[in-house]
Amino acid sequence: MSPFYLTLTTAMVVLSICLVLTAVRFAVGPTLPDRVAAFDLIVANVIGIIAIYTEFTNNEDFIDVAIILSLFGFLGSISFAYYLMKINKS
Amino acid sequence: MLENIDFVLLRELISCVLILAGVLFMLIANIGLLRFPDFYIRMSAITKGATLGLGLILLGIGVYFNQSDILLKVFLVIGFSFVTAPVAAHVIGRTAVQNKIPFWQKTNLKEFKDYLAKEHLEQVQSQDKYREQALKKKSDDAGT
Repeated sequence: MSPFYLTLTTAMVVLSICLVLTAVRFAVGPTLPDRVAAFDLIVANVIGIIAIYTEFTNNEDFIDVAIILSLFGFLGSISFAYYLMKINKS
Repeated sequence: MLENIDFVLLRELISCVLILAGVLFMLIANIGLLRFPDFYIRMSAITKGATLGLGLILLGIGVYFNQSDILLKVFLVIGFSFVTAPVAAHVIGRTAVQNKIPFWQKTNLKEFKDYLAKEHLEQVQSQDKYREQALKKKSDDAGT
């Protein structure tokens, strides 16, 4: 096992731990904006995991998934904020 | 001179360093999300930490693949996340203030309260102005 693959494995493990920590905040989070913030961070973590998976498999097609995911993460948090604003007004 | 350098190994090393730095920033952002006492402080922690960490990881990928189209896609993702993360954080934070999510008790809120009082005063003044105008218009209409 070369140092390169060791580094990639370490990064994958640490990002998985990060995902678990974010899931804890997602479950605990006292309010809805907390959960939206945790969802934002989950999307960022998954983009990082996809990037490292791309480097693992040497298959550069997975970068496109990261582009689409970053777009949809932004869309999701914005639409959640809009929804929160709407239910506050009515 | 240039033939002696193993460029594959060099790229792998630079990529390793960038990815490890990025993962470290991501871990710090996650610990911040879990441990900070207040929604607004958590928001600031994850916006800064996760954006920087993601940028470093993707830059590591771009250095490793050494192709122009991959580098272009990587810069696309980095640029997009650098533009959208502060916007999303601002929108969610503003919504949280409107929904009256509680602040941490040690937060220094003096300036914010002054701002809110000023805004409220301006709103009341402009409402009064509109009301006076409407009354004037009504009396003018009644007079004619």
